[in-house]
Amino acid sequence: MISASLIQAAEGDANPLAPNPWELLVAALGFLVLLFVVIKWIAPKFEQAYQNRVEAIEGGINQAEEAKAEAEALKAEYQKQLAESRAEASRIRDEARAEAGQIVAEAQEKAAAEASRIREQAQAQIQAERAAAAAQLKTDVGSLATDLASKIIGEALEDDARSQRVVDRFLADLDAEQQTQGAAQ
Amino acid sequence: MRGPALSSLALRAAEEGGFQPPTISETHLPEIFPWMAEWGTGFGKNMLMALLAVLLIIALFSFAIRKQALVPSRTQWIAESGYAFVRNTLGRDILGEKHFRPWVPLLFTVFFFVLFNNIFGAIPFLQLPTFSHAGPAYAMAGMIWLTWVVLGFRMHGAKYLKLVTVPSGVPKYLLPLLVPLEFLSNFIIRPVTHSLRLMAVMLAGHIIVMLAGSAAEYLIVQQEGIANTGLGVLILLGSIPLYFLELVMMVLQAFVFALLTAIYIQGSIEAEAH
Repeated sequence: MISASLIQAAEGDANPLAPNPWELLVAALGFLVLLFVVIKWIAPKFEQAYQNRVEAIEGGINQAEEAKAEAEALKAEYQKQLAESRAEASRIRDEARAEAGQIVAEAQEKAAAEASRIREQAQAQIQAERAAAAAQLKTDVGSLATDLASKIIGEALEDDARSQRVVDRFLADLDAEQQTQGAAQ
Repeated sequence: MRGPALSSLALRAAEEGGFQPPTISETHLPEIFPWMAEWGTGFGKNMLMALLAVLLIIALFSFAIRKQALVPSRTQWIAESGYAFVRNTLGRDILGEKHFRPWVPLLFTVFFFVLFNNIFGAIPFLQLPTFSHAGPAYAMAGMIWLTWVVLGFRMHGAKYLKLVTVPSGVPKYLLPLLVPLEFLSNFIIRPVTHSLRLMAVMLAGHIIVMLAGSAAEYLIVQQEGIANTGLGVLILLGSIPLYFLELVMMVLQAFVFALLTAIYIQGSIEAEAH
């Protein structure tokens, strides 16, 4: 080998521009084989990995956006429902208040009517009883007084007409006395 | 593989009594299977590197993307970043949203094939950028040239030739001068510069590494005296920043090569605009 390279040196330098055809051929074939492998397997795998990643990222973003939109729709609906139920509640409250007022008024009215009815009835009853008592009293007092007077003065007052007059006058006097007493009170 | 080259240098230096810098021939290493010479040429390290790059790229990227996880592991993330860089920076930004998709695999393959082969030049023991040899560089540029020329004719028919060679808005009397120039620059010079730019940068970097290595070896091992040894150590130290510069050039050249590929393809797709 040493002598070969010495000979080569003695023959003069190799021309760097002159290709070794075998080296040219091997490099070209190697390149073509590599190109074939890259086209067939390597580049598609890289492209696919890249594509998968793009889809994964975009899919994630889309999902997040969908979830966000859904949450916002739910929130809007919830708020709408809340507002509706608030309005409903205040309407019900107003109604109840009005109804309660009405009930109270009706009750008051009824109570007042009942009270006045009871009062009138009682007054009428009192009046009637009083009248009855007065009538009863009138007769009783009359006969009692007559009995008493006849017992005191004897049989002098047997004459009914005269005694009746006396009793009436007495009673009238009694009434008058009573009235003056009432006026004084 | 640097062993034989360096020892041959050393031997020659010893015979001739002085430092012989390595020559371009040294970048062509002895063949691995010399018996293959019967079929025209032996199987060299350069070819091994090219095939190694093919296998490495397939293995690494297939391994990284095997799960296609939505939340990527670190390995998958790094591979995806590499793919996305080619796809978006070289593909979409240059070819445009409408046309870039079918070309992503080609750009991906071009970029990473060149990148891996270049990086080999910075890895100990491999230490040979495949494209420092003209053959592989011609092969790549040639295939890409064929791609965009065929694409141009397929998209625009015979009109493509006129679109490329006849610049618009130029006075008629200049056309006899400009049309051959345009033809030459677009169809002949473009693929040549495309391949030689890569090859020359890689070769230069490789020669610098060889030169630094052989000079350091010569000064430290072959020569006597503390001054020579010190100088050799200095050269070794100096080669460290050079190594990193080389690394930058390797990545940059892979990027430029793939970028030009994208620009040429774009030129064929939208030939009217040029």
